[in-house]
Amino acid sequence: MQRVGVFVCWCGSNIAATVDVEKVAQTLKQEPGVVFSTHYQYMCSQAGQEMIADTIREYGLTGVVICSCSPRMHEATFRKTCQRAGLNPYMVEIANIREQCSWIHKDREAATEKAVILGRAAIAKVHLNAPLTAGTSSVKKRALVIGGGIAGIQTALDIADAGFPVDIVEKKPTIGGKMTQIDKTFPTLDCAACILTPKMVDAAQNENIRIFAYSEVQAVKGFVGNFRVTIKKKARFVDETKCTGCGLCTEKCPQKKVPNEFNLGLDNRRAIYIPFAQAVPKVATIDADYCSMLKTGKCGVCSKVCTAGAIDYKQQDTFLEEEYGAIVVATGFNPIKLDKFDEFAYSQSKDVVTSLEFERLMNAAGPTGGTLLRPSDGTHPKTIVFVQCVGSRCDDSKGKPYCSKICCMYTAKHAMLCREKYPDTDVYVFYIDVRTPGKNFDEFYRRAVEEYGVHYIKGMVGKVVPENGKLKVQASDLLGGRQLHIDADMVVLAAAIEPDESARPLATMLTASMDTNDFFTEAHPKLRPVESPTAGIFLSGACQGPKDIPETVAQASAAAAKVIGLLCKDQLVCNPCVAQPDELMCNGCSSCEKVCPYGAITYINKEFRGPNRTTLLRRVAQVNGAVCQGCGACTVACPSGAMDLKGFSNKQIMAEVDAICR
Amino acid sequence: MQERVKQKAIELLENGTVDRVLGWKTGEFFYDLTPAVFTSREEAETNFVFSAFSGANLSKYLIAESRKGGKVAVFLKPCDSYSFTQLLKEHRIWRENVYAVGVQCDGMCDAEKLRDAGCEGILSVREEGENLIVGTLYGEKTVARKDALLERCTVCKSKKIVTFDELIGENGEELDSDRFAEVARLEAMTPEERFDFWRGELSRCIRCNACRNVCPACSCEKCVFDNADSGVRNKAAADSFEEKLFHIIRAFHVAGRCTDCGECSRVCPQHIPLHLLNRKFIKDINELYGTYQAGADPETKPPLTDYTVSDCEPSVVYERGGKP
Amino acid sequence: MPVNEEFKPTIVAFCCNWCSYAGADLSGTNRLQYPANVKIIRIPCSCRLNPMFILRAFQRGADGVILCGCHPGDCHYTTGNYYARRRMTLLFSMLDYLGIERERTRVEWVSAAEGAKFAATMNEFAGTVTKLGPNRRLEDLRCRKE
Repeated sequence: MQRVGVFVCWCGSNIAATVDVEKVAQTLKQEPGVVFSTHYQYMCSQAGQEMIADTIREYGLTGVVICSCSPRMHEATFRKTCQRAGLNPYMVEIANIREQCSWIHKDREAATEKAVILGRAAIAKVHLNAPLTAGTSSVKKRALVIGGGIAGIQTALDIADAGFPVDIVEKKPTIGGKMTQIDKTFPTLDCAACILTPKMVDAAQNENIRIFAYSEVQAVKGFVGNFRVTIKKKARFVDETKCTGCGLCTEKCPQKKVPNEFNLGLDNRRAIYIPFAQAVPKVATIDADYCSMLKTGKCGVCSKVCTAGAIDYKQQDTFLEEEYGAIVVATGFNPIKLDKFDEFAYSQSKDVVTSLEFERLMNAAGPTGGTLLRPSDGTHPKTIVFVQCVGSRCDDSKGKPYCSKICCMYTAKHAMLCREKYPDTDVYVFYIDVRTPGKNFDEFYRRAVEEYGVHYIKGMVGKVVPENGKLKVQASDLLGGRQLHIDADMVVLAAAIEPDESARPLATMLTASMDTNDFFTEAHPKLRPVESPTAGIFLSGACQGPKDIPETVAQASAAAAKVIGLLCKDQLVCNPCVAQPDELMCNGCSSCEKVCPYGAITYINKEFRGPNRTTLLRRVAQVNGAVCQGCGACTVACPSGAMDLKGFSNKQIMAEVDAICR
Repeated sequence: MQERVKQKAIELLENGTVDRVLGWKTGEFFYDLTPAVFTSREEAETNFVFSAFSGANLSKYLIAESRKGGKVAVFLKPCDSYSFTQLLKEHRIWRENVYAVGVQCDGMCDAEKLRDAGCEGILSVREEGENLIVGTLYGEKTVARKDALLERCTVCKSKKIVTFDELIGENGEELDSDRFAEVARLEAMTPEERFDFWRGELSRCIRCNACRNVCPACSCEKCVFDNADSGVRNKAAADSFEEKLFHIIRAFHVAGRCTDCGECSRVCPQHIPLHLLNRKFIKDINELYGTYQAGADPETKPPLTDYTVSDCEPSVVYERGGKP
Repeated sequence: MPVNEEFKPTIVAFCCNWCSYAGADLSGTNRLQYPANVKIIRIPCSCRLNPMFILRAFQRGADGVILCGCHPGDCHYTTGNYYARRRMTLLFSMLDYLGIERERTRVEWVSAAEGAKFAATMNEFAGTVTKLGPNRRLEDLRCRKE
């Protein structure tokens, strides 16, 4: 029998106003094993904690029940108090008599009665508590960043700056991500490449950073501090160590008709290519889908012109296994496909473009050399219509329910740049709302309207019809209360953004949770915004939700700070409330293993004593306490009850049930 | 067939393929066959019996037998082979120590049904085509075989032997049986009628644990109901709650693992239709999560250790058929 | 049967630590009322709920048992509530099959943000169970209070 002390908190008047704390303390004193019971104004205060600690020592308490606010609030506080007084911190139970009692009941009698029952349940549980000691595990002092966009680069640079080695895995042939495709950045209108490419070079030159471009994460095993990751280096058919990036092959390759994904298919590239001039690593890649040599065995031009001898048509995918202490997800976003939005004639006319395509059309390194020309006929557009929220804030299944957040600002930027470069163009922007929360954002938007004379019209575009080289735009002007018909030369659609399609399978590998939109879920939406609920997995950039560049960089650095905090530790303290199998009862049937989301359960064949001095070899489950997160799925899957959960054992929960139903 | 099975047992022992044979021998009465292990030719010749009363499912005994060292032969009727495969899937049987002989099955008989058909004082039973010739104290009686079948055999789900090293007779196919009809009849009742039905049935339970002990899925090293630390240990069903608790939990523990071999009902001395509990789970699983037959293959994930994102909500229970 | 005005059912609510327990806290923070005879037991995840606990509650005199967990897809442990959902569906169906009133058991997904939903669910569930009256079909008579 434990020696239990009960401490009832008034929480000022929060509890005491509806619960008769005196009566609760007196009634609970009658419970078996309770040797001390009192009440106090603020248990969590310095004085309250002192009182608890003193009582533990004075009465030799082995269990403590605190009737107070939610354990989510102060369980950790009281555990520390008890630990200071020499009691195992897991010998504390909290009866939640504030959030789940005094605050929801008005009737003092009923609330008091309920508080007593909740107290009883906590006492019944604490009688079955066992001191738990948290185990420790080591930390591999290396981080993995998945995704080499601005988020991944910034995170990697910050971690490397702190002195820890980092690997970046990027699926594309170069790092840089979406930002490399952007022309200018809001709200300062400085050139994206000018601020990004130096960072790419920094990353490449940093001795703590290794870049695995054109690579993918294949498998993830292990747990916080000890991840084992298999990385697939896709065959480039070019030896990275030999290629100098001279680009001769990309000029001589006879296969010229490959859609250039860097320019979103607005122009063509060769079958061997370097995505853009500042690519990092600046190494050519052969596109196996188009290379005649790889497809038919005939050609070999690139191999002949390459003076470095870097071309290797026989190159295979290679796999390497690395160990990491922490993993940062920075998989970024993509604009959604617009095939469900045919009312905007995206598939019918080349002059209906997405905003990202528009970036390329404005970019000096883009297909038009920075001159804004219509993709259909190469003429200057005179009337341009921008449509906002294409697929964002969409309540049907066509689009996304959320606000893509960046579109209002980049559209303002596009409109402004159009008017600046080509003052003779008419620019219309159709919007639902203009959302500009951000430093200097609203000022930026107002400049577009006031200084640059962009026509902002509240209302949605209903239809775009290509007709005689024009785009007939039908739209409503909600403030003016009229229908508008505009003959546009170009229509730019602000497509919603969505997480990269690699995110969902990656989340499964990492056992990291996602929301219904496939954005990674943070451990706490406000207080832990850069951590995944899965320990050791961190979130950087738009994989967690739509973000602009300043926010992405801020989150990237925040994630880096969290990683550095983790890698600084030599040992990690594990959650002691983990599953524990009883080998004598275990059937070895693998039911528990099948439901474990963390792969914490393995099996060994172990010899047991059988009857008549024989030995029996039996398959029994083993739980890795550093991997187990304590969900308890296994405990119910186990038919024999061999698997139990420390801190929430079958007996403890049943004792609570009994106390409540008594 | 009967002789072929026996000869196979003898042959396997004699040529050294196995060290032991798991089969059946006569119990208290000749129609009361019981599982037995044979270690020598002589033993097998004298005592081994395979007949219309070899209903007992031998697969569960392999959990212990396959670990004893040496090789053991076992005879598996189609439904037994499902249990065997399920146990293999759960790593309970050491396959390399087992030599599995599949035996074609035309349905096993229930001595109780012969008695119900008016055969008192049964002395012998002889199979003649579709009929059983029952010799009794009061002379011979002819009973159609189909009228004497075990309940499970009247609604046989499969004649297919799933896992075997050798086959005696033909391997059959899965059948489209009507085994859920009785469950559906109960589902269609009002809750009061169902409650009364089950109270009537389960109140007869004497907690002899025969159902648990015979069940190939109930093969835990230590049952929760025997474990003092589980908090639910009890040895006797003291009132209607404990009758229900035991049977609900037992059915739940085997849900998704029960192959519907029907042994629980066969051995229940109180004639409680326990298979109707297991079949309810099987029917629900089939209807809610897609058709699943435990033991039909060694790989598929059992439905209770699996999920799909779009599974139905528990409220489906209130929305489905049956009277409220 | 006349409805007993005095009858106050005993209701056990199992709440997962991450969503529903926090949702219950939130309904407290927002001072949203629900009957005092609802008592919450905190479990780490809805998948920790063993059918045995539900039966135990009924045995000891509970009149209704409800399980609250994170919405499917939002489980803190990624998949726990998916398993819980299957287990509870089958268990409830079995209880119904045995003639136990199906309204005495329920699963409700309540997120940490849904304080109002938590209170509304409890009010509604308590109302349903009150109408059903005391649990007589699944209880251990020896545990009767009188």
